[in-house]
Amino acid sequence: MEMPNVDPFTIAKKDRLITRLLQVLPDDAVIHEPEETRAYECDALTAYRCPPLAVVLPRTTDEVAAVLKICHDMEIPVVPRGSGTSLAGGALPTADSVILGVARMTDVLEVDYDDRIIRLQTGRTNLSVTGAVEADGFFYAPDPSSQLACAIAGNIGMNSGGAHCLKYGVTTNNLLGVTMVLMDGTVVEVGGAHMDAGGLDLLGVICGSEGQLGVVTEATLRILPKPEGARPVLMAFDDNETAGACVADIIKAGVLPVAIEFMDRPVIRATEAFAHAGYPDAEALLIVEVEGSEDEIDEQLEVIEKIARTHNPVELRRSTSSDESARIWLGRKSAFGAMGQINDYMCLDGTIPVSELPRILRGIGDLSAKYGLDVGNVFHAGDGNMHPLILFDANKPGDLELCENMGADILKLCVEVGGCLTGEHGVGVEKRELMGHQFNEGDMEAQLRVKDVFDPKWLLNPAKVFPLSVTESRRV
Amino acid sequence: MLKPESEEQLAEMVRSANGPLSVRGGGTRHVPGDGEALTTSGLTGITLYEPGALTLVARAGTPMAVVEKALAKEGQRLPFEPMDHRALLGTKGTPTIGGAVAMNVSGPRRVQAGACRDSLIGVRFVDGEGTVIKNGGRVMKNVTGYDLVKLMAGARGSLGVLSEVSFKVLPSAATEATLRLTGLSVAQAVKAMAAGLSSPFEVNAAAHDPQSGETWLRIEGLQGSVAYRAGQVAGVLASFGVADRLDPKASARIWTDVRDVTAMQGAGDIWRVSVRPSHAPDIVARAGADAALLDWGGGLVWLRLPEGTDLRARLGDFGGHATRLRGTGPGALPPEPDALATLTAGIRARFDPRGLFNPMTGV
Repeated sequence: MEMPNVDPFTIAKKDRLITRLLQVLPDDAVIHEPEETRAYECDALTAYRCPPLAVVLPRTTDEVAAVLKICHDMEIPVVPRGSGTSLAGGALPTADSVILGVARMTDVLEVDYDDRIIRLQTGRTNLSVTGAVEADGFFYAPDPSSQLACAIAGNIGMNSGGAHCLKYGVTTNNLLGVTMVLMDGTVVEVGGAHMDAGGLDLLGVICGSEGQLGVVTEATLRILPKPEGARPVLMAFDDNETAGACVADIIKAGVLPVAIEFMDRPVIRATEAFAHAGYPDAEALLIVEVEGSEDEIDEQLEVIEKIARTHNPVELRRSTSSDESARIWLGRKSAFGAMGQINDYMCLDGTIPVSELPRILRGIGDLSAKYGLDVGNVFHAGDGNMHPLILFDANKPGDLELCENMGADILKLCVEVGGCLTGEHGVGVEKRELMGHQFNEGDMEAQLRVKDVFDPKWLLNPAKVFPLSVTESRRV
Repeated sequence: MLKPESEEQLAEMVRSANGPLSVRGGGTRHVPGDGEALTTSGLTGITLYEPGALTLVARAGTPMAVVEKALAKEGQRLPFEPMDHRALLGTKGTPTIGGAVAMNVSGPRRVQAGACRDSLIGVRFVDGEGTVIKNGGRVMKNVTGYDLVKLMAGARGSLGVLSEVSFKVLPSAATEATLRLTGLSVAQAVKAMAAGLSSPFEVNAAAHDPQSGETWLRIEGLQGSVAYRAGQVAGVLASFGVADRLDPKASARIWTDVRDVTAMQGAGDIWRVSVRPSHAPDIVARAGADAALLDWGGGLVWLRLPEGTDLRARLGDFGGHATRLRGTGPGALPPEPDALATLTAGIRARFDPRGLFNPMTGV
């Protein structure tokens, strides 16, 4: 993968930069020794690494503004970072950039159960948002699988999703307001505890802009009352097509499950060997979960199971207790770990129209044979968000490239059938060069214009999201 | 009046325009600007509807009624319960799906299911240079590139002319019930609505009419579930009084009236205030309006005031915003802080460099 050439003039400014940063930040908030900056050389896309020029870890919005003002004056690129869990390289530095991490900004600023909001600093982890309100019966809905570690800042940057999006939406549907610092140090308040925008919906375009428009330091999030209970039913099928048809029929029936998860045979076998969840050895497996009181859950599961039976499942297992529910979810939740036991893997994130499920699974099978790499499929079927896991050997020369090429072919296929390159992980550096498959020049130009307005000098996370050749004339 | 019949024609009309265009759908909402009228009402038709994938794509000028009928046939609906502005604004014409998007029109269910912008998953539009631009698509999870879909929702035709819109839709509910409380003050009503909305029983609409003193909370879903939750919510509301339960027919009537703000008809200026729900009683008190209606648990306050009233001066700084929908008072759209106004102006200048489209002013 290509990154922009490092500007030697910027590197030469390092000493002056550090001096200026130390004038506005405490000593412990500026990291610049090479052995220390290495800790920030990559995010969860570990195949690519590059230590930054320096790292700053401010504690307040004012400190963030001071840092950005300095970098803006000195024309030094800034890469914002939440917890560094991006699978797309969203927080990957360049050697001439400053990493601005919000990890020390974790305070809850306000909770209001009547208005169902929480306001917090964005370095707080996703799960600890729920942690702050669950004793009172509330939760924060978006639940990316990295929720134990990932920060709200990164969730906003990538517009993160999770397993329960079908019912509760993704980050953008649960974000009411932000405090954001523009690259020139200007602090703006967008949205708040009220529900809609008075003018243009800037909040909507900020969410998911991958740290390219500003650094979000505080956020107002919607919290929800926790449902009384939730229980899944597990169903197994002889072939993927039947499972796909069953998903569509469940959705059409008028019951909206909170999650519909799909696993194919390779993943079922891997998780069974790894976690012993008691899954049947089938071609495809669905976990469908609904919420409510015990009776409400049963009422909904009746409807769902009736539909499932018309598709001749090889197994239909309704959970009747929290123990059984946990066992049904155990395999799904350990799917990534189980695949990781077999080999290194690359996790893709394309989304497809649900109706194209059988076709895409066949296509992935064909590509797997062509490239000689095994693939397991586990994904959020209700919303068409696929997670093909391509197995490869990182120590085998050429295997990573082979895997990346195969991944690119799968994503192109997703676009071809009416879907998109990424459903919840973001573009980052990983899918940057594929953007031309989804967007034409005019489509991309419209997006670049937005960045031109927020960050005229193109200093914020500049080498991400768009193909380098497309942004070349704009980048410093 | 310009009335393109295809996206290509629309793009050509924008390219060859040499003066301001007043962009509209069916013309049921007031459109600012005095340029040549351009309507999208010639761009009609549902281009894709997959009930099993909960997605619908339609050309921007498709009548709302056509979309709703197609959805109803499959037992589905638009989640955001869009308002019909005709009664309130005294307009005629046919509401279009693109018009609802351009104004981000959202009704009572907004409080649970989100606004129009939350269901919108894709747009095609023509910018001020006559270029056709697409963003988003037809899948409900999509973070590929910037989300211009949200930016276009509620942009009031100021950034481009919508040609096609895509939605995530939802199953209609098997049944519904509304619990009604009577005799509450605005402050008590807002507390009661908060109690309902903050309960785990999925109240999906909550409104209060200060004139009649009635407060309504809606529950939708499967038969058994609605019966159960109605009982539970009545329990939650017990400290505010004994709630009576309206049958599905009466319930539907109430929410159509709330959605279309029918109680506000009559002379005067109509204002729409978006506010943190718990601040609603204070807003009502400060406004001194002739009539008021609270939706979204208090998060949306409709007010009717004597013509020319400067409501913003009465409200002061309250952390939300007030928009005038009808009448002659001061600026229809809320003023923005300088930094946001600069961003807005910058975006408009880049999407519409010749200043052809609707000004971001309201009427």
